[in-house]
Amino acid sequence: MKNLIVVLLIAFIAPTLSAQSKYFTKEGKISFSSDAPMEKIEAHNRKANSVLDPASGKMEWSVLVKAFQFDKALMQEHFNENYMESDKFPKAVFKGVVQQHDKIDWTKDGAHNVKVKGTLEIHGVTKDVVADGKITIKGGSISAQSDLTIAVSDYEIKIPAVVKDNIAKTVKIDIKADYAPLVK
Amino acid sequence: MKKILYLIFLGCTCLFQVNAQDDTDLLSMLGEEETIDYTSAAFKTNRVINLHSLENTARGVLDFKISHRFGFINGGAYEFFGLDNATIRLGLDYGITNNFQIGIGRSGFEKTFDGYMKYRLLRQSTGKRRMPITLSILAASAIRGQKWTRDEVEYPFFARFNYTYQLILGRKFSDNFSLQLSPTVVHRNLVLTRTEMNDVFALGIAMRQRITRRLALNVEYIYVLPDQIAPGLKHSLSIGCDIETGGHVFQLHFTNSTAMNEKGFIAETTGDWLKGGIRFGFNVSRVFTIVKPKLED
Repeated sequence: MKNLIVVLLIAFIAPTLSAQSKYFTKEGKISFSSDAPMEKIEAHNRKANSVLDPASGKMEWSVLVKAFQFDKALMQEHFNENYMESDKFPKAVFKGVVQQHDKIDWTKDGAHNVKVKGTLEIHGVTKDVVADGKITIKGGSISAQSDLTIAVSDYEIKIPAVVKDNIAKTVKIDIKADYAPLVK
Repeated sequence: MKKILYLIFLGCTCLFQVNAQDDTDLLSMLGEEETIDYTSAAFKTNRVINLHSLENTARGVLDFKISHRFGFINGGAYEFFGLDNATIRLGLDYGITNNFQIGIGRSGFEKTFDGYMKYRLLRQSTGKRRMPITLSILAASAIRGQKWTRDEVEYPFFARFNYTYQLILGRKFSDNFSLQLSPTVVHRNLVLTRTEMNDVFALGIAMRQRITRRLALNVEYIYVLPDQIAPGLKHSLSIGCDIETGGHVFQLHFTNSTAMNEKGFIAETTGDWLKGGIRFGFNVSRVFTIVKPKLED
């Protein structure tokens, strides 16, 4: 009977424990830049959502395309209206897994260079991507950082010939997040 | 019996664990946070053709506008179908806030200097705040610089002024189609004959239909209530397209109006579409960012 109680306890506590071990942020920073011969374009978003589950190594990101801020208002409008079609495709989403996540001791302070493999959905098109990044664990909090370069054409975003010198064919994306424990 | 129970519960525990770890959508754990999603780009610039559109110049942005209206097409080959002559307006629009915009302009037509203020009271949005329409209010004033044609009459200075008050009410119905109404009153301090009213009430209607990502068709028509303007004058009707490149918007159009300020195109349009009283014209808009927007935290 004692055993039964122990088992019962485990049965109820275990799921809560594993749920608590997930980490999240609602203030993830994503910025991207396009470096074309005529023009350098930069945009920032500081309201990205992300959840990290150390147990499974899963990492997911979601960002509102309209929340990207540009230096030029017209550029921002064109970005949403002409290129990203943000009304139709409001979000960009990444779902991936930190490779060899089981080799990381998530409870100990330290920095780990990692590869994150997953799928990236932009403009309604989903592609496989691999990104190099760094995960830093310090005093119970986790931060992650990465950059990757993607080709605009991979996501069926058309750049008209008139502006081919103003918009680069590839865009560099910088990602940064400070995670906090997710308490349900 | 105990052992069986034990096994069953162990099984349950494992299942729970697996379930908790196998959450396919981690992001759903964060819940959806609703944001206010403002509708943008109902029109490509802050003008439809002659009329002010639903759009405002963004905060810190200066919009330099170069507008031309050529001569009447029915001038024929001798006048090179109107292209020999042009009336010009040079204008500057500036966004003080995202909803408050001011502007000045100088037109060749009657050597007019004009200025206006435009404030957006309601902005179409979805999400956390739902607003089906955009509503702006416009107050404009223009002063005639041209010398009076009759030297023997001494006109008072205030005779040179006219004022326009306008509501701009509309909606972007879809990605491609926007429609607006512009109820307007124009006050002229001086009118030439007794048949003309100092206050002219009019209703503008304007629409945009997008054809491709960067090309849109614009139409605007201004109905003037009867018995207010001199006989023989026409209602302004303009049809044009917006072509957009990087930092420029080119608006090319055909219109029966000459002037590019409200008093002129609402109350003094002379061209008759049916008789070829149409002018080719364009507005070129070039924007400059004066104050860079601050990044929101």
